Amino acid sequence: MINKIVQTMAEALAGIRDGAVVLLGGFGSIGQPNALIDGLIEHGANNLTIVSNNAGVGRIGLARLLELGRVRKIVCSYPRSVDPVVFEELYRAGKIELEIVPQGTLAERLRAAGAGIPAFFTATAVGTKLAAGKEQREIAGRRYLLEEALAGDVALIEAWEADRWGNLTYRSSARNFNPVMAMAATLTIAQAQHIVDIGALDPEKIATPGIYVSRVLHMPYGEPTVT
Amino acid sequence: MNVPTKYRPWTRGEIAARLARAIPEGWYVNLGIGAPLQVADHVPTDREVIFHSENGVLGMGPAPAPEAINRWLINAGKQYVTLRDGGAYMHHADSFGLIRGGHLDLCVLGAFQVAENGDIANWSISDNDSAPAVGGAMDLAVGARQVWVLMEHQTKSGESRLVRRCTYPLTAVGVVKRVYTNLAVLSVTVDGFAVDEMVEGLTLDALQKVTDAPLRPPQH
Repeated sequence: MINKIVQTMAEALAGIRDGAVVLLGGFGSIGQPNALIDGLIEHGANNLTIVSNNAGVGRIGLARLLELGRVRKIVCSYPRSVDPVVFEELYRAGKIELEIVPQGTLAERLRAAGAGIPAFFTATAVGTKLAAGKEQREIAGRRYLLEEALAGDVALIEAWEADRWGNLTYRSSARNFNPVMAMAATLTIAQAQHIVDIGALDPEKIATPGIYVSRVLHMPYGEPTVT
Repeated sequence: MNVPTKYRPWTRGEIAARLARAIPEGWYVNLGIGAPLQVADHVPTDREVIFHSENGVLGMGPAPAPEAINRWLINAGKQYVTLRDGGAYMHHADSFGLIRGGHLDLCVLGAFQVAENGDIANWSISDNDSAPAVGGAMDLAVGARQVWVLMEHQTKSGESRLVRRCTYPLTAVGVVKRVYTNLAVLSVTVDGFAVDEMVEGLTLDALQKVTDAPLRPPQH
């Protein structure tokens, strides 16, 4: 019997190695797998590359992981927030590498990784400083940049409901990067507010089919707060 | 000797209202974070315009009443919003697919500078930014069928934001079609900025004095 539901954080995060590329779902704090991020802090993996839309707020969660010096490089579109104090300190001190990626290019590079597409052309960032060093081509009279797929060793994502096959639903705008990150990683770990019986999820509403999901941890925490 | 011209600049709300009135029914529109978000409040109530937020919300409605907040539903500015009847959620790659695939009729962006050739600079003010943050601006600027900019005509220190060539790092090249400022509405043409409207009491000469890029008179 397939059962991807694990009982403990240690089981959920087993095997995450130093130097891993870790994809973190969420847009700001909505759809962000906060419990798994705290678990990763406890787990202790080092020298990580983090791929996330944002770079953390205050001194908790992702910001705490940065503050502890566990992150070598961050790939994100928007490292600003209401309180990006930790990231900015590290960045100014030259203690963290930043790869700034336009948000749509970030999402598409993840999707491409999950879909077996090694690279794609896009008009985004043509003529800007983010085009530096990238191959360009004119196709049908318009200039494009070549952007490479972005795969993760691990994805940490948040879902609303999950079953033992790893089928997932999401809630409202908390879907955001989670489905594309689930596709793009070798090991995808989801925290879910609700665990339901197999067959209970409406197949029309499953946004991430279980094939993309390795482990599910039940984490009913209630309502998120915006940061 | 110059006689000071008597005029009152439009307020942010008045600029947003002017822009909103120009959006036809049925358009799919993304509003950039900051001042452009106000445009949604000024679309005439009998006109259906569908707003997109790049974090996966199509058919976004106004802010909820405090007792009716859905804590999982925010806009790109990370404010609570609502979903209108007929609205839909999608994941980030689909949300940017509709942007980059040319499906949005319009994106309204704020900007630091717009150049007479339609270049826009709105994401970074220096090459040595303490923390450069681009978000979705570059995708929106090249993906939407039209880009209109809503911004103050001048910086706080009085420099023109309408320039011959942008000096700040570019967001996109040659994409801006129209600019709404507190002093005027301008179109970007092959011959540079053309003034479509000005605040009452302002003359083209007076507007030119506070504008770096050369201006052409109204074309109608």
